[in-house]
Amino acid sequence: MAYISKRNRRLERERRNASLNRREIVAAQLSRREMVRMGLLTSAGFLVAKNGLSSRAQTVATEPVQDTATQDPNADSFGQTGQCVSPATTPFVEDFVRMTVKQPETQGLFPTPQIVPNNAAGEGRTRNHQVVTSPFPPTKQYRIVQQENTNVIISPQLDPQTMWTFDGLVPGPVYHSFYGEPILVRNVNNLPLDNGGFGNREVSTHLHNGHTPSESDGFPCDYFPNSQNPVIANAFFYDHYYPNILAGFSTPPFAPLGDPNESMSTLWYHDHRVDFTAQNVYKGLAGMYLLFNNKDNNDETNANGFRLPSGEFDVPMMLADRCIDTVTGQLFFDLFNFDGILGDKFLVNGKIQPVLHVRPRKYRFRWLNSGPSRFYQIFITRDNPVQTKNFWHIANDGNLLPAPIQVTSAKLGVAERMDVIIDFSTMAGQTLYMENRLVQTNGRGPNCQLTQAGQGNRLVKIIVDLPSVPDPSTNPATAVFYSLPDKTAAPLVSRTFAFQLTQNGQWVINNQFMNCDVTRFKVKRNSVENWTFRNTQTDRPSWAHPIHIHFEEFQFLQGGFSADCFNAPPSSVENSRKDVVRLNANSERQLFFRFRDFLGRYPIHCHNVVHEDHAMMLRFEIDPIGDTNPNP
Amino acid sequence: MTSKNRRNLLKMLAVAPFAGGLLTLAPAQESGQDTKPAKKPSSRERIRERYFPNVVLTTQEGKKVRFYDDLLKDKIVVINMMYAHCQGICIPVTQNLVKVQKLLGKRVGRDIFFYSITLKPEEDTPMALKHYAMMHKVGPGWLFLTGDPKDLELLRRKLGFVDPNPKVDADKTRHTGLIRYGNERLQLWAACPSQAAPEYVAKSILFADVRKPLKRVS
Repeated sequence: MAYISKRNRRLERERRNASLNRREIVAAQLSRREMVRMGLLTSAGFLVAKNGLSSRAQTVATEPVQDTATQDPNADSFGQTGQCVSPATTPFVEDFVRMTVKQPETQGLFPTPQIVPNNAAGEGRTRNHQVVTSPFPPTKQYRIVQQENTNVIISPQLDPQTMWTFDGLVPGPVYHSFYGEPILVRNVNNLPLDNGGFGNREVSTHLHNGHTPSESDGFPCDYFPNSQNPVIANAFFYDHYYPNILAGFSTPPFAPLGDPNESMSTLWYHDHRVDFTAQNVYKGLAGMYLLFNNKDNNDETNANGFRLPSGEFDVPMMLADRCIDTVTGQLFFDLFNFDGILGDKFLVNGKIQPVLHVRPRKYRFRWLNSGPSRFYQIFITRDNPVQTKNFWHIANDGNLLPAPIQVTSAKLGVAERMDVIIDFSTMAGQTLYMENRLVQTNGRGPNCQLTQAGQGNRLVKIIVDLPSVPDPSTNPATAVFYSLPDKTAAPLVSRTFAFQLTQNGQWVINNQFMNCDVTRFKVKRNSVENWTFRNTQTDRPSWAHPIHIHFEEFQFLQGGFSADCFNAPPSSVENSRKDVVRLNANSERQLFFRFRDFLGRYPIHCHNVVHEDHAMMLRFEIDPIGDTNPNP
Repeated sequence: MTSKNRRNLLKMLAVAPFAGGLLTLAPAQESGQDTKPAKKPSSRERIRERYFPNVVLTTQEGKKVRFYDDLLKDKIVVINMMYAHCQGICIPVTQNLVKVQKLLGKRVGRDIFFYSITLKPEEDTPMALKHYAMMHKVGPGWLFLTGDPKDLELLRRKLGFVDPNPKVDADKTRHTGLIRYGNERLQLWAACPSQAAPEYVAKSILFADVRKPLKRVS
């Protein structure tokens, strides 16, 4: 123990020195060129790995430096510019934690869920359920409570954190849902008025990428309670009805079951309260939601399915970066940051840099970038000698690809999910790391650079030291999954959306501001649309926007361009159904949509949730008529 | 604005309890007010230390005020940046905020306060700001603030009204059109574009006005 504490003292001293040195550099306003000349910075943009400069000298060999031109000399160690210096922690001391699987209620919920909002009993819903499955309410019912937990351990070396949680857990429990099995989730809001510094206890839980009716989508302005709406000013619960039904179920040729090629696998849920999404998600309100069917069936031994690694070998991982206040020891959220927020602590399933012990066989990892603002490019790296391992990319944004693709890395913008299969069968006895090698120095977006292998942010230490077991799971080299739905149908409407900053630093989409109460355009139900997304402000070269569209997925069309190597299209992994576009600076992407089945309001927004909370969002609706506005 | 929207907003305001509502919260629910001696500062104190330098400012009436003690503490506030001889967005922003002020009615000056902070303290004397305020017919509860240029620059940076591009940041015609709104006591802070529809800006400001405690369930 004495050894550890000595080591900690040394770490702490190094960290302080590094922080001071960096502040001196900032105060001296050294330019990049000067720093390169002085040997402090490599031309690739990394601080030279001197222990006196990197706060993570012990844990991560290099630390990207802030663009000094943007530094605020008045900022304290947390800065006003997104720079974060948390207390030191020793990596890889905590075991990786598997998410708890959410269990349904054993008895029906009380009061019984109903189609009409039960405002009298305290429900915060304001619109009827669009019921498409029978019976209603579904027999499978869940009750999940949003509540404070004052004892969340993210590292044994940090104070217990006070966080907002689903069921007391960070991340929240993982749902295992099945196509053809609708569920009802009663969200109970038991959050306190005292937010401990940030967060708004009014909530709206969004099921990210769910083919979900609008009133159950978690639309940002459908939060509860809502002190501006007398009917739900005191609401304490909200019933979400998730039909778990395939897109296309309501019209030929796929009625009544929907198109099996629209099957989704890896979704997540998170709070979406308008203007406060970043704060509430940062505070802990997020979890994952897995959807299975008769192919992706949670059973690797079932020869009728895809035989994807299942059970112990199917591992959802929620990635999050956070900053800890050195004074209070608690999570720090930079309230007045506009760029986006970067943390220097890398959490996976709620623990800082955990250790995962695995068996020498294939695993399915489901990676989710839960934000708030960081982009990742994840490699599997072995030390001594440094070696980058190939793995199989099997799903993009939770949708299985036509077939696995062998890759050396996977890229994740905020809110993206990437499922991969890693075969550890030839690595018995080895130690590997899930390593983020993408350089990002501010919340605006990633640099177009990677660190050297072994020099990035180590997220998880993977030790292949458990006994071997039979591996009945599929061979990714020959596996085949779903076909991509047709995207050649002529669009009823083509629309263009420009994501921009005004001359005066306000986010706009097509030069208009967000308004919860204004529907910017209407899509005709069961129609095809082509959309063009642009981020092409030449005087704003550093902003990247991971844009998310609720309700319907898209496929990329040919055309468009991207000047950023992080996102050079077309990549075969992007030959997929998706719900997030990484819209980097100087890029334009073209999207194919087919809007089906449900009616109502949904948003389009930047999933750098700091941008979203600064109103980079719009509301659209799906209705029976639609409009043809090309620049809504 | 349509009269219907205006009526709806007024109706919303009417159902909410008046300013006293903020003060009638049970002590246990108050934020950051540590009653027992603690080594660590409360989150509310941390926010104050980090973002709210208690600098002395001068109002358009020539009155000296302290930024935190007199302007923020226990209040719902709306903060924007401007300068009197601005040819750019200051005028439309101020005009928009005048509409927002009218929508919020008598609460402005009672528990909601508007603060417009000058970017050009060298030329914006209290008198110049007073003229600006009169020209725009701003109502009570809205202060225009000037002071020592160093203090104002510190304040601007602390409030995050900074563009990451130094060239843009140095160009005062391109100053931020964002407004910060917040409830100091409840530690609810957010921002919205000042040029959004006035009904929506007013609604957003009231996001900071969460007053009714939740019904507790087991």
